[in-house]
Amino acid sequence: MSSLIDFPILALLAITAVTIARMRDLWAAIMFTGIYSFLSASWMLILDAPDVAFTEAAVGAGIATVLMLSTLALTGKKDRELTHAPIMPFFLVLITGCVLVYGTLDMPHFGDPQAPIQLHPSPSFVEKSQHDMHGLPNVVTAILAGYRGYDTLGETTVVLTAGIAVMLILRKEKDESPKKRSKETRR
Amino acid sequence: MSFDMFAVTSIAILVTMSLALIRAMWGPTVFDRVLALNTFGTKTVLLICVVDFMTGRDDFLDLALLYSLMNFIGMVALLRFAEYGSFGDEGVSS
Repeated sequence: MSSLIDFPILALLAITAVTIARMRDLWAAIMFTGIYSFLSASWMLILDAPDVAFTEAAVGAGIATVLMLSTLALTGKKDRELTHAPIMPFFLVLITGCVLVYGTLDMPHFGDPQAPIQLHPSPSFVEKSQHDMHGLPNVVTAILAGYRGYDTLGETTVVLTAGIAVMLILRKEKDESPKKRSKETRR
Repeated sequence: MSFDMFAVTSIAILVTMSLALIRAMWGPTVFDRVLALNTFGTKTVLLICVVDFMTGRDDFLDLALLYSLMNFIGMVALLRFAEYGSFGDEGVSS
């Protein structure tokens, strides 16, 4: 039943990816990346990963579109025409794809109860979390608020540092009036 | 009975998504593409809702809400860019 939705979504993903790769109009390519994000987020949702889909929809479809449009405002709307056939990158991508597919052969099947992720860390969390978290009865709360709290604190620090660095690089100078005026006449 | 109904609905939505994708590829003007992208986002939200009801999970509806919000923000950003060629003076990039 789910293959009814799975296969069309995967086909649409492939079509969109090929379209993005072949497109010379960058403005339209950005719109297709939005479509791609929506599709891949739906695909993750069908694979039963709602939190990843949440992030993909927020970052991929929302923030990334705005960021790429800002980039487009700094550069230009058109890609340069190709002077030669891109044989070498094509083969590189092909080989990388083959290696990735080869890598999936070792992976456990989807929803396999014997997969390592079901066997190795989870039972120890269930056994030890009450002791580690000083008697917190709910295991999910212990993992989210206890173990992952440190993880998230570190991630937030990294993201904050990166954001500060980007703002320092991209900030507007005070004495930028001549450039600004030229931009207004361009409009 | 209701199972078949959801299946038919999702097929119809997927067909509409394909048509919107074709229009977005074809679209001679910017506004064809914007409209096609907006339609595509809306259909994604609808598809998520149908899948939600089909599988009987309740937590997908929140995602559908988030998707529609993101679609709206993306549309506003695209249209602003189409109108001004940049994000105006308040953007970081200007």
